[in-house]
Amino acid sequence: MTTMALLASIIFSIVTAAALLLFAKNLMRIRKNILLGKASFINDQKAKRWKNVFLLALGQKKMFRNPLVACLHIFVYVGFVVINIELLEIVIDGILGTHRIFENYLTQLGFANLYTEIINCFEILAALVWMACVVFFIRRNILKIKRFLSQDLNGWPHSDANYILIAEIILMGLFLLMNAADSEKNFIISQHLSPYLKELSASSLITIEKTAWWLHIIGIYIFMNYLPYSKHLHIILAFPNAYYAPLTPKGMMHNMPEVQNEVLYAMQPEMAPTHTAAPASFGAKDVMDLSWKNLMDAYSCTECGRCTAACPANVTGKLLSPRKMMMATRDRLEEVGRNISLNKVFVPDNKSLLHDYISVEELRACTTCNACVEECPVSISPLDIIIELRRSLVMEESNAPQEWNAMFNNIENNFAPWKFAPDDRDAWTKKV
Amino acid sequence: MKVNTMAEMMASGQTPEVLFWVGCAGSFDQRAQKITKAFATILDKAGVNYAILGKEEACTGDPARRAGNEFMFQMMAYQNIQILNGYSIKKIVTTCPHCFNILKNEYPVLGGNYEVIHHTQFLQELIEQGKINITDSNEWKGKSITYHDSCYLGRANEIYEAPRKVLESLDMELREMKRCKSKGLCCGAGGAQMFKEEEKGDKRVNMERADEAIETKSDFVASACPFCNTMLTDGIKNRNEEVNTEVLDIAEIIAKAIQ
Repeated sequence: MTTMALLASIIFSIVTAAALLLFAKNLMRIRKNILLGKASFINDQKAKRWKNVFLLALGQKKMFRNPLVACLHIFVYVGFVVINIELLEIVIDGILGTHRIFENYLTQLGFANLYTEIINCFEILAALVWMACVVFFIRRNILKIKRFLSQDLNGWPHSDANYILIAEIILMGLFLLMNAADSEKNFIISQHLSPYLKELSASSLITIEKTAWWLHIIGIYIFMNYLPYSKHLHIILAFPNAYYAPLTPKGMMHNMPEVQNEVLYAMQPEMAPTHTAAPASFGAKDVMDLSWKNLMDAYSCTECGRCTAACPANVTGKLLSPRKMMMATRDRLEEVGRNISLNKVFVPDNKSLLHDYISVEELRACTTCNACVEECPVSISPLDIIIELRRSLVMEESNAPQEWNAMFNNIENNFAPWKFAPDDRDAWTKKV
Repeated sequence: MKVNTMAEMMASGQTPEVLFWVGCAGSFDQRAQKITKAFATILDKAGVNYAILGKEEACTGDPARRAGNEFMFQMMAYQNIQILNGYSIKKIVTTCPHCFNILKNEYPVLGGNYEVIHHTQFLQELIEQGKINITDSNEWKGKSITYHDSCYLGRANEIYEAPRKVLESLDMELREMKRCKSKGLCCGAGGAQMFKEEEKGDKRVNMERADEAIETKSDFVASACPFCNTMLTDGIKNRNEEVNTEVLDIAEIIAKAIQ
């Protein structure tokens, strides 16, 4: 190995180690933030949960509610995963200073053509990814698609989506360019790019190939470390999120055993468990009061807006947007996380998820229809968060519209949400 | 026709096979009472041995719980479960998807375990078992109808087929709205919205849904929930379309089609 090659190997190894360390550190930070949530959900019925991982995360079942978009998304996703196998070769080449090390091995084993076939597959996928990303970019920026025009995405979220698409378009371009500049090779797609490079001298071709190689791998490291700050974290979290998705019917709300005990204590003191202490608060006012699954939901959100597009309140012009709800939860959680890492413990900042990030008007508009939960491709329940915040509003702040207070009173006094005499409940039987 | 209460049944030493949970809307709301009566008539004609709780029935606590008032819900659930367990109730049928959902999914953890079915499922069973016979010359034959999925029946409990199967037995032309089944649009009443004014927006949810129903140009809109029924009736009236499109519960439709 020449000194230059040795130096390149060392630099590459350091860059790789740094990228991986930084990524691991960021993932740990996110894990810590998620675990600020309350314990919840039992890890039962493992077979059903794995089935959800295969169908919903790996198989992207929900995406197929719109088959065209689902196919484009599958290209990007399969391309991303498969082309990353090639990444393994790139990393080994970089560290050892070799060139296409897998090809040498496969040739020695008598499969010289196999390597070409594999790279051909990668190239076809790369071309499909490139095409799908261009279509996605057009959908987001040129076509007027309501869920992408929404003001939920103003500013950073809009740029985030575009940065990723542009990065993918450039990365796939670099991968193909790198292969095209490899003068000894004729791969299925990149060979059509080679003629444009044929005027160049052998040394410039090597420079182009090397540059494309370096830009491609560094691009991938940057992408990897960009993930934790982006909506693209879903490529990782969609999997655990599908695994921990509730297996109960969507209509079922979580019980509050602490309230159940209070009521039991009032009605039948001898039946109530005595060792349980009343909780500090009811429902959720801030992110720490939500369950860790709610918080993982927030980090898993792709900001695609399928939930909001299906929300009856949103489509009729109300303030509520389930997508915005998830984005607000993530923003607040990030803020709380920064507060804790700065001060060791959470120092109250006079802010909370309820009121400062999500308004009462938004919460009041929800019809609990489950359309948002049904639509979400990555198993998020915005409804769960809405309900927890409503519980805090009503039970902690006694904040309910007057009509609801009247309804509560009617239920308490007349056993019906309207003011009818309980004695008339069976009056209809006299008229049949 | 005599509608027995559990108390009366107990006093005469009888055990009904099923409890008909009427619900607050079905008991007090004038429009929903018609649905209740229609369903009771069907049960009677099919020879089902049933009873109601009568004055002993109380709100399940659904609107309170969805609004965030867990204390109120737990109080109501406790009282209802005491009554239901006191009568050793095994099976419940109800005409309200909200009662259905809460009795089926949310009472078990509190000690109330029953087999709970919705009236559209019960009607499907009665038809399949031949306990009720649809007359060949029923008044619905050849008429067009669109079915509105109730959220608490559909997405909440994935019951999409039973109501449609019942309608299909009538030789009606079933037309689907643009948003149906798992994509069905809410009528706007759920989550305790029924009991308050809507938040400000461009349009009422029930108007959005009523417009979609009107677009199908169907003679009838079938509902399977007393709240959806009210919301859609109001919406269609608001568009002055009530002459062309009538909103009826599936129980009311069946009651008029059997001997």
